[in-house]
Amino acid sequence: MRDVLTVCCYCGCGCGLYLHVKDDRVVGSSPSRNHPVSRNNLCVRGWNAHGFIHDAGRLAEPLVRRDGRLRPASWDEALQITADALGRIVHEHGSDAVGVLASAKCTNEENYLLQKFARAVLGTNNIDHCARL
Amino acid sequence: MTNSINEIEQAQVILVSGSNTTRTHPQVARRFFTAMDRGAKLIVIDPRRTRLARHAHIHLRIRPGTDIALLNGMMRSIIDENLIDDLFIQMRTENYTTMRDMLFGIDLAQAAAITGVPEKMIRRAARIYAQAQRSVICYCLGVTQHIAGTGNVQSYANLAMLTGHVEQEFTGVDPLRGQNNVQGACDMGALPGVLPGYQSVADPGVREKFARVWGVELPVTAGMTLLDMTHVPDSAASLQTATPAIRAMYITGENPLLSEPALNSVRRTFHQFDFLAVSDIFLSETAQVADVVFPAASFAEKSGTITSSERRVQLMRKAIDPVGDSRPDDWIVRELARRMGYAMDYDSPAEIMEEICLVTPIYAGMYHDRLDREWGVQWPCGGRDQEGTQYLHKYSFTRGRGRFEPARHVEPAEPVDSDYPFALITGRLYFQYHTGTMSRRTPILERESDQPLLEVHPEDGRRLGLRQGCRVTVVSRRGRCRFVVELTDRVAPGNLFTSFHFAEAPVNELTVEASDPVARCPEYKVCAVRLEEVETC
Repeated sequence: MRDVLTVCCYCGCGCGLYLHVKDDRVVGSSPSRNHPVSRNNLCVRGWNAHGFIHDAGRLAEPLVRRDGRLRPASWDEALQITADALGRIVHEHGSDAVGVLASAKCTNEENYLLQKFARAVLGTNNIDHCARL
Repeated sequence: MTNSINEIEQAQVILVSGSNTTRTHPQVARRFFTAMDRGAKLIVIDPRRTRLARHAHIHLRIRPGTDIALLNGMMRSIIDENLIDDLFIQMRTENYTTMRDMLFGIDLAQAAAITGVPEKMIRRAARIYAQAQRSVICYCLGVTQHIAGTGNVQSYANLAMLTGHVEQEFTGVDPLRGQNNVQGACDMGALPGVLPGYQSVADPGVREKFARVWGVELPVTAGMTLLDMTHVPDSAASLQTATPAIRAMYITGENPLLSEPALNSVRRTFHQFDFLAVSDIFLSETAQVADVVFPAASFAEKSGTITSSERRVQLMRKAIDPVGDSRPDDWIVRELARRMGYAMDYDSPAEIMEEICLVTPIYAGMYHDRLDREWGVQWPCGGRDQEGTQYLHKYSFTRGRGRFEPARHVEPAEPVDSDYPFALITGRLYFQYHTGTMSRRTPILERESDQPLLEVHPEDGRRLGLRQGCRVTVVSRRGRCRFVVELTDRVAPGNLFTSFHFAEAPVNELTVEASDPVARCPEYKVCAVRLEEVETC
């Protein structure tokens, strides 16, 4: 069993917590004793932060819509279809015809790349996320 | 937040508005109670009698959407009793005379009539807040999710500046951020008008700086907000010739088809897209209508930093390999960029952060190796060797002087009337989270709270023949939705409350898409509804 110190995935308090890992599965979470915010305390969501990680409904492979239905596809195929479609729409309708939504559930590094992707690759400032929700 | 979470323990007066803190930010609520154990006074402004409101010394139970009227009343009373901080106003603020003149036109009796709070209570709350040495304001979405959201926030800032409760430790104005990295997503420039570190896209100097690092010219015009991208106006949709501005979207980790207001309008907009790519950990309502779905890694399967409400940038560490064939979103974005002819070569999230440090002054010292050794660092942090910042606006505001922005009361977009006599308030529960993508798949959380409950005041319940646990349909001008009745005096008579966690009762079928004209924040907190089809039980 390994314990990995990380940050809770739920609200904006930013509690430090440990994820308990056994056989490459996250089996539990518990508070960090010395973390300045959590101070050995978590709310019910924090205690259950690991609860959805191995849910049977987790998406495990890329999906592509064929004949109106989402079907499994390779990464290469899914990425190429997306790159081609975005490229075509930018070419035909201009950069501002594409919008990107980043996420308050992604890391800073990912959000940085997403806005860079919108601005530097697609050429639009149509980038936002759920800050107002 | 201008303060740190731990500072709240030292406050003498805590004014909480539009926040169900014990439910949504339990760690912050914990600090409230610690402060109260030490003698602090708690003032709660909320149309609902939340658990926190029950513990408050004063609960100002306003009619939904009347914050400005209440605050103007409080400020008038502070001026009347000469409890303003003259020195602070003189040294640190501007536009005070306009503010004062506006307040002289405020009648407390009228404020009491608009808000439904007795004049005496308004005066008492104002006195308690103004007289203490260390008063802090905490607010949440109950303040911002109104068509007058900007005016609401400005009014809280006015109140803090009027009494000088800003510049010191343990005083300030603290918006509580809802998601673990909503602060960071804003900081990183995932907003239509600003680049990382809130540097404006309208500033040519800023654009040039980024152009040098990124090697491309940057777009000049500000982009569209989430609300504008996902809601094509009615008139445009009805005209066959009109095409939506947005033809394609790439969405990561968001679920607008459940979380956005007026879902009818969102569905219509999505229907018109030529292409939709969604990256998520589950097949959300939005992913179900996508053309391409990318399986993303969850927080336990990747590393990187996230920024909490108190501006604390912390390292999130990878615990396990991605589940199935899922991948972290940074890998997906880099692959897409490469295929579209733009190289994003980074070996690790740490290397991405080095570029962020380079172009983002407030993040200039947030290197991973450093964050790894500490409990994170609070921005602004100007360099690797510099400390973070515990609280903001110590000697000056970001813009120099703090500007008083007088605001006037605005009625909610959809007032109640005889056809739709109830005001519906939406919000969050303790055991669930947002659209439930994560919490509803967590067995213990789902066990505790698995029904879309509608809070109805017992008096209203009696009048309409509603009983605990029976089902009822809530109808607004835009849609209908079925809930389970919970009779409780948490809501005032004439108000209803429910959450947006449950896909089987998507409350955003009912909500209005009217929004604040500046912030474009939708008015989730009030819409007019009626109750129908009561199922006897």
